[in-house]
Amino acid sequence: MIHTLGPVLLASLLVGLGVTGIAGRRNAVLVLVGVELVLSGALVLLVATQAAGADRWAAGSVLPLFVVTIAAAEVVVALAVVLAVFRQRGSIDLDARSDAEPGA
Amino acid sequence: MTALDTAFAASGVLAVVGGLLAVTTRHVVHAALWLVVALLGVAGALLVLGAELVALVLVLVYVGAVVVLVLFALMLTRAPVGPDLAHTVGPWRRLGSGLLGLASAGLLATVLVPLADGTVQRADVGSQQVAGQLFGTWVWPFELLSLLLLAALVGALAVARRPDAGAPSRRRGAS
Repeated sequence: MIHTLGPVLLASLLVGLGVTGIAGRRNAVLVLVGVELVLSGALVLLVATQAAGADRWAAGSVLPLFVVTIAAAEVVVALAVVLAVFRQRGSIDLDARSDAEPGA
Repeated sequence: MTALDTAFAASGVLAVVGGLLAVTTRHVVHAALWLVVALLGVAGALLVLGAELVALVLVLVYVGAVVVLVLFALMLTRAPVGPDLAHTVGPWRRLGSGLLGLASAGLLATVLVPLADGTVQRADVGSQQVAGQLFGTWVWPFELLSLLLLAALVGALAVARRPDAGAPSRRRGAS
Protein backbone atom coordinates (compact mmCIF):
# COMPACT_ATOMS: atom_id res chain seq x y z
CA MET A 1 0.00 0.00 0.00
CA ILE A 2 1.32 3.41 -0.91
CA HIS A 3 -0.22 6.85 -0.74
CA THR A 4 -0.44 8.63 -4.10
CA LEU A 5 0.23 12.01 -2.50
CA GLY A 6 3.98 11.33 -2.26
CA PRO A 7 4.73 10.91 -5.99
CA VAL A 8 2.59 13.93 -6.87
CA LEU A 9 4.40 16.17 -4.39
CA LEU A 10 7.82 14.85 -5.45
CA ALA A 11 7.02 15.47 -9.13
CA SER A 12 5.87 19.05 -8.53
CA LEU A 13 8.90 19.81 -6.35
CA LEU A 14 11.29 18.42 -8.97
CA VAL A 15 9.63 20.45 -11.74
CA GLY A 16 9.81 23.58 -9.58
CA LEU A 17 13.50 23.02 -8.87
CA GLY A 18 14.16 22.43 -12.57
CA VAL A 19 12.38 25.64 -13.55
CA THR A 20 14.45 27.48 -10.94
CA GLY A 21 17.61 26.05 -12.50
CA ILE A 22 16.56 26.93 -16.04
CA ALA A 23 15.65 30.52 -15.13
CA GLY A 24 18.53 31.27 -12.79
CA ARG A 25 21.60 30.00 -14.61
CA ARG A 26 23.80 31.91 -17.03
CA ASN A 27 26.06 28.96 -17.84
CA ALA A 28 24.51 27.19 -20.85
CA VAL A 29 25.60 23.72 -19.70
CA LEU A 30 24.01 24.15 -16.28
CA VAL A 31 20.65 25.02 -17.86
CA LEU A 32 20.59 21.40 -19.01
CA VAL A 33 20.79 20.29 -15.36
CA GLY A 34 17.47 22.06 -14.80
CA VAL A 35 15.99 20.39 -17.88
CA GLU A 36 17.01 16.98 -16.53
CA LEU A 37 15.26 17.73 -13.23
CA VAL A 38 12.03 18.71 -15.02
CA LEU A 39 12.13 15.51 -17.06
CA SER A 40 12.72 13.37 -13.97
CA GLY A 41 9.64 14.97 -12.42
CA ALA A 42 7.67 13.86 -15.48
CA LEU A 43 9.08 10.34 -15.05
CA VAL A 44 7.90 10.16 -11.45
CA LEU A 45 4.41 11.24 -12.49
CA LEU A 46 4.23 8.69 -15.33
CA VAL A 47 5.33 5.84 -13.08
CA ALA A 48 2.90 6.98 -10.37
CA THR A 49 -0.03 6.48 -12.76
CA GLN A 50 1.14 2.92 -13.27
CA ALA A 51 1.49 2.33 -9.53
CA ALA A 52 -2.07 3.59 -9.12
CA GLY A 53 -3.14 0.79 -11.46
CA ALA A 54 -4.59 3.11 -14.09
CA ASP A 55 -2.63 2.13 -17.18
CA ARG A 56 -3.12 -0.06 -20.20
CA TRP A 57 -0.44 -1.70 -22.31
CA ALA A 58 2.14 -1.15 -19.53
CA ALA A 59 2.24 2.52 -20.60
CA GLY A 60 3.47 3.58 -17.17
CA SER A 61 6.68 1.62 -17.76
CA VAL A 62 7.12 2.03 -21.51
CA LEU A 63 6.54 5.79 -21.80
CA PRO A 64 9.22 6.61 -19.17
CA LEU A 65 11.68 4.55 -21.22
CA PHE A 66 10.79 6.66 -24.26
CA VAL A 67 11.17 9.86 -22.23
CA VAL A 68 14.64 8.78 -21.06
CA THR A 69 15.69 8.01 -24.64
CA ILE A 70 14.42 11.33 -26.00
CA ALA A 71 16.12 13.17 -23.11
CA ALA A 72 19.43 11.51 -23.95
CA ALA A 73 19.13 12.52 -27.61
CA GLU A 74 18.17 16.06 -26.61
CA VAL A 75 21.16 16.42 -24.29
CA VAL A 76 23.55 15.19 -26.98
CA VAL A 77 22.33 17.73 -29.54
CA ALA A 78 22.19 20.55 -26.97
CA LEU A 79 25.76 19.95 -25.84
CA ALA A 80 26.94 19.87 -29.45
CA VAL A 81 25.30 23.27 -30.00
CA VAL A 82 26.89 24.59 -26.78
CA LEU A 83 30.33 23.42 -27.90
CA ALA A 84 29.88 25.00 -31.34
CA VAL A 85 28.83 28.30 -29.74
CA PHE A 86 31.80 28.16 -27.35
CA ARG A 87 34.17 27.57 -30.23
CA GLN A 88 32.76 30.49 -32.18
CA ARG A 89 32.33 33.05 -29.38
CA GLY A 90 34.66 31.83 -26.63
CA SER A 91 31.92 32.03 -24.02
CA ILE A 92 28.79 30.13 -23.04
CA ASP A 93 27.21 33.04 -21.23
CA LEU A 94 23.49 33.08 -22.01
CA ASP A 95 23.20 36.77 -21.10
CA ALA A 96 25.78 37.86 -23.65
CA ARG A 97 24.43 39.86 -26.56
CA SER A 98 23.87 37.69 -29.60
CA ASP A 99 25.10 40.37 -32.00
CA ALA A 100 28.37 40.87 -30.13
CA GLU A 101 31.67 40.40 -31.90
CA PRO A 102 32.84 36.78 -31.97
CA GLY A 103 35.20 36.26 -29.05
CA ALA A 104 34.13 39.47 -27.37
CA MET B 1 2.18 5.36 6.98
CA THR B 2 3.50 2.08 5.64
CA ALA B 3 7.09 0.98 5.06
CA LEU B 4 6.72 1.79 1.35
CA ASP B 5 5.66 5.33 2.20
CA THR B 6 8.70 5.74 4.45
CA ALA B 7 11.06 4.43 1.78
CA PHE B 8 9.47 6.71 -0.81
CA ALA B 9 9.79 9.71 1.50
CA ALA B 10 13.47 8.94 2.12
CA SER B 11 14.34 8.72 -1.58
CA GLY B 12 12.14 11.73 -2.32
CA VAL B 13 13.97 13.84 0.25
CA LEU B 14 17.28 12.69 -1.26
CA ALA B 15 16.08 13.70 -4.73
CA VAL B 16 14.78 17.11 -3.62
CA VAL B 17 17.89 17.97 -1.59
CA GLY B 18 20.16 16.87 -4.44
CA GLY B 19 18.13 18.90 -6.92
CA LEU B 20 18.13 21.96 -4.68
CA LEU B 21 21.91 21.85 -4.33
CA ALA B 22 22.30 21.17 -8.06
CA VAL B 23 20.45 24.34 -8.99
CA THR B 24 21.90 26.58 -6.25
CA THR B 25 25.59 25.63 -5.95
CA ARG B 26 28.11 28.01 -7.49
CA HIS B 27 30.65 25.30 -8.35
CA VAL B 28 29.76 24.09 -11.84
CA VAL B 29 31.25 20.63 -11.39
CA HIS B 30 29.45 20.24 -8.06
CA ALA B 31 26.16 21.04 -9.84
CA ALA B 32 26.64 18.06 -12.16
CA LEU B 33 27.61 15.82 -9.24
CA TRP B 34 24.60 16.89 -7.15
CA LEU B 35 22.48 16.04 -10.19
CA VAL B 36 23.78 12.48 -9.80
CA VAL B 37 22.51 12.45 -6.18
CA ALA B 38 19.13 13.82 -7.26
CA LEU B 39 18.77 11.24 -10.05
CA LEU B 40 19.73 8.41 -7.70
CA GLY B 41 16.99 9.62 -5.37
CA VAL B 42 14.50 9.64 -8.25
CA ALA B 43 15.60 6.12 -9.20
CA GLY B 44 15.00 4.99 -5.62
CA ALA B 45 11.52 6.54 -5.72
CA LEU B 46 10.74 4.72 -8.98
CA LEU B 47 12.00 1.48 -7.41
CA VAL B 48 9.62 1.96 -4.50
CA LEU B 49 6.78 2.61 -6.96
CA GLY B 50 7.45 -0.80 -8.53
CA ALA B 51 9.08 0.20 -11.84
CA GLU B 52 12.46 -1.45 -11.40
CA LEU B 53 13.23 -1.51 -15.13
CA VAL B 54 12.67 2.24 -15.46
CA ALA B 55 14.80 2.86 -12.36
CA LEU B 56 17.69 0.83 -13.76
CA VAL B 57 17.45 2.52 -17.17
CA LEU B 58 17.39 5.90 -15.43
CA VAL B 59 20.59 5.13 -13.54
CA LEU B 60 22.22 3.65 -16.65
CA VAL B 61 21.34 6.42 -19.10
CA TYR B 62 21.13 9.52 -16.92
CA VAL B 63 23.86 8.89 -14.38
CA GLY B 64 26.03 6.80 -16.67
CA ALA B 65 25.78 8.76 -19.91
CA VAL B 66 24.11 12.15 -19.56
CA VAL B 67 25.99 13.34 -16.47
CA VAL B 68 29.30 12.16 -17.93
CA LEU B 69 28.45 14.08 -21.10
CA VAL B 70 27.65 17.20 -19.04
CA LEU B 71 30.96 16.85 -17.19
CA PHE B 72 32.81 16.52 -20.49
CA ALA B 73 31.06 19.62 -21.83
CA LEU B 74 31.99 21.55 -18.67
CA MET B 75 35.62 20.56 -19.12
CA LEU B 76 35.62 21.39 -22.84
CA THR B 77 34.18 24.84 -22.12
CA ARG B 78 36.97 25.45 -19.56
CA ALA B 79 34.86 25.47 -16.41
CA PRO B 80 36.73 26.86 -13.42
CA VAL B 81 37.61 24.54 -10.55
CA GLY B 82 36.43 26.92 -7.85
CA PRO B 83 33.24 29.01 -7.76
CA ASP B 84 32.08 30.14 -11.20
CA LEU B 85 32.62 33.90 -10.90
CA ALA B 86 32.15 34.57 -14.61
CA HIS B 87 28.51 33.49 -14.59
CA THR B 88 27.22 34.86 -11.29
CA VAL B 89 23.70 36.26 -11.26
CA GLY B 90 22.40 39.11 -9.18
CA PRO B 91 20.18 38.66 -6.12
CA TRP B 92 17.08 39.86 -7.98
CA ARG B 93 17.55 37.25 -10.69
CA ARG B 94 18.08 34.59 -8.04
CA LEU B 95 14.96 35.67 -6.16
CA GLY B 96 12.95 35.79 -9.38
CA SER B 97 13.99 32.35 -10.50
CA GLY B 98 13.22 30.95 -7.03
CA LEU B 99 9.77 32.55 -7.11
CA LEU B 100 9.18 31.20 -10.62
CA GLY B 101 10.12 27.69 -9.48
CA LEU B 102 7.91 27.99 -6.40
CA ALA B 103 5.03 29.20 -8.56
CA SER B 104 5.33 26.29 -11.01
CA ALA B 105 5.63 23.78 -8.17
CA GLY B 106 2.60 25.31 -6.47
CA LEU B 107 0.58 25.32 -9.69
CA LEU B 108 1.37 21.66 -10.38
CA ALA B 109 0.62 20.70 -6.78
CA THR B 110 -2.75 22.48 -6.74
CA VAL B 111 -3.74 20.75 -9.98
CA LEU B 112 -2.47 17.29 -9.07
CA VAL B 113 -3.04 16.93 -5.32
CA PRO B 114 -6.86 16.75 -5.62
CA LEU B 115 -6.37 13.85 -8.06
CA ALA B 116 -4.26 11.91 -5.53
CA ASP B 117 -7.01 10.39 -3.45
CA GLY B 118 -5.89 7.92 -0.86
CA THR B 119 -3.69 4.86 -0.78
CA VAL B 120 -3.50 2.36 -3.61
CA GLN B 121 -2.19 -1.15 -3.88
CA ARG B 122 1.15 -1.03 -5.63
CA ALA B 123 0.79 -2.49 -9.13
CA ASP B 124 3.66 -4.80 -9.92
CA VAL B 125 4.34 -4.75 -13.66
CA GLY B 126 7.06 -7.26 -14.36
CA SER B 127 9.89 -6.80 -16.83
CA GLN B 128 8.50 -9.64 -18.96
CA GLN B 129 5.17 -7.85 -19.32
CA VAL B 130 6.92 -4.56 -20.15
CA ALA B 131 9.05 -6.27 -22.78
CA GLY B 132 6.00 -7.94 -24.32
CA GLN B 133 4.17 -4.62 -24.57
CA LEU B 134 7.27 -2.75 -25.76
CA PHE B 135 7.81 -5.10 -28.70
CA GLY B 136 4.09 -5.60 -29.32
CA THR B 137 1.90 -2.55 -28.81
CA TRP B 138 4.68 0.04 -28.79
CA VAL B 139 6.93 -1.40 -31.48
CA TRP B 140 6.51 1.45 -34.02
CA PRO B 141 7.31 4.25 -31.55
CA PHE B 142 10.25 2.12 -30.42
CA GLU B 143 11.60 1.85 -33.98
CA LEU B 144 11.04 5.57 -34.51
CA LEU B 145 13.10 6.22 -31.39
CA SER B 146 16.03 4.32 -32.87
CA LEU B 147 15.81 6.60 -35.93
CA LEU B 148 15.70 9.61 -33.58
CA LEU B 149 18.84 8.44 -31.79
CA LEU B 150 20.62 7.97 -35.11
CA ALA B 151 19.56 11.43 -36.25
CA ALA B 152 20.74 12.93 -32.94
CA LEU B 153 24.10 11.18 -33.27
CA VAL B 154 24.68 12.38 -36.83
CA GLY B 155 23.32 15.84 -36.05
CA ALA B 156 25.56 16.26 -33.00
CA LEU B 157 28.60 15.25 -35.05
CA ALA B 158 27.65 17.66 -37.83
CA VAL B 159 27.04 20.57 -35.44
CA ALA B 160 30.10 20.08 -33.23
CA ARG B 161 32.52 19.39 -36.08
CA ARG B 162 35.17 22.06 -36.49
CA PRO B 163 33.91 23.99 -39.53
CA ASP B 164 37.36 24.57 -41.02
CA ALA B 165 38.67 21.09 -40.28
CA GLY B 166 38.39 19.68 -43.80
CA ALA B 167 38.08 22.92 -45.71
CA PRO B 168 41.75 23.73 -46.51
CA SER B 169 42.44 20.35 -48.05
CA ARG B 170 39.23 20.56 -50.06
CA ARG B 171 40.15 24.01 -51.24
CA ARG B 172 43.60 22.79 -52.19
CA GLY B 173 42.06 19.92 -54.08
CA ALA B 174 39.71 22.25 -55.95
CA SER B 175 42.28 24.81 -56.98
